[in-house]
Amino acid sequence: MAIFSVYVVNKAGGLIYQYDNYVPRAEAEKTFSYPLDLVLKIHDEKVVVSFGQRDGIRGIKFIVLADPRQSGIDALLRKIYEIYSDFALKNPFYSLEMPIRCELFDQNLKSALEIAEKAGNFGAGS
Amino acid sequence: MTVHNLYIFDRNGTCLYYNEWNRKKQAGISKEEEFKLMYGMLFSIRSFVSKMSPLDMKDGFLSFQTSRYRLHYYETPTGLKFVLNTDLSVGSARDTLQHIYSNLYVELLVKNPVCVLGQSLESELFSSRLDAFIRGLPYYSPRAA
Repeated sequence: MAIFSVYVVNKAGGLIYQYDNYVPRAEAEKTFSYPLDLVLKIHDEKVVVSFGQRDGIRGIKFIVLADPRQSGIDALLRKIYEIYSDFALKNPFYSLEMPIRCELFDQNLKSALEIAEKAGNFGAGS
Repeated sequence: MTVHNLYIFDRNGTCLYYNEWNRKKQAGISKEEEFKLMYGMLFSIRSFVSKMSPLDMKDGFLSFQTSRYRLHYYETPTGLKFVLNTDLSVGSARDTLQHIYSNLYVELLVKNPVCVLGQSLESELFSSRLDAFIRGLPYYSPRAA
């Protein structure tokens, strides 16, 4: 519950992957004070163009929306990048910049989120 | 541990005050353009944050960080915007900015019959008190970390 969403945005600005995890939370009625506002972190990956026209073009952006009390988001972002390179980039059927439709990517992403939530969840509420 | 610079914007986007303490690198554009860029960015981020928020927002946009600095933001109910850039060791400057607003801005500028709000602030007393306050902050040091 403490990690609300994950988005992956390509170089052109198009959304190529989205995962939302906050629907159950929205049903609860809260009367006491909410957690402070969301924490937004953006991680830029540099994509080097091999035919040498431009080097180091900024490419893919990973966005994670999480509870501010959730810790370990930097590590989570790096982990998501790892999962992206393992299951999307190395997938011969996946073309760059296109929407990510790889099952293994989804599965590994969800398990990484669960691990991160459990590991970082010392302060976040139920 | 250091403070880099401070901007104060009014609700129309005019930069009322700017000062820098420890800025190593200039933006490469004129000050006017830099203020417009800063204000535009804040406006866009605030709108983005409120749209993307999965829960009801309490305070809204508070700060962002990069690998080298953290930008702290405080907005008053009247639309006055305070922006403070510090290095990464400062966790939250919200109290600082709130103090600058209520004890310095309100006391010295709003209550000053000579100061016209909405124009660039030119009160020497304000500048010197603000400078002294910033230099007296526990996380301020003349050299950047």
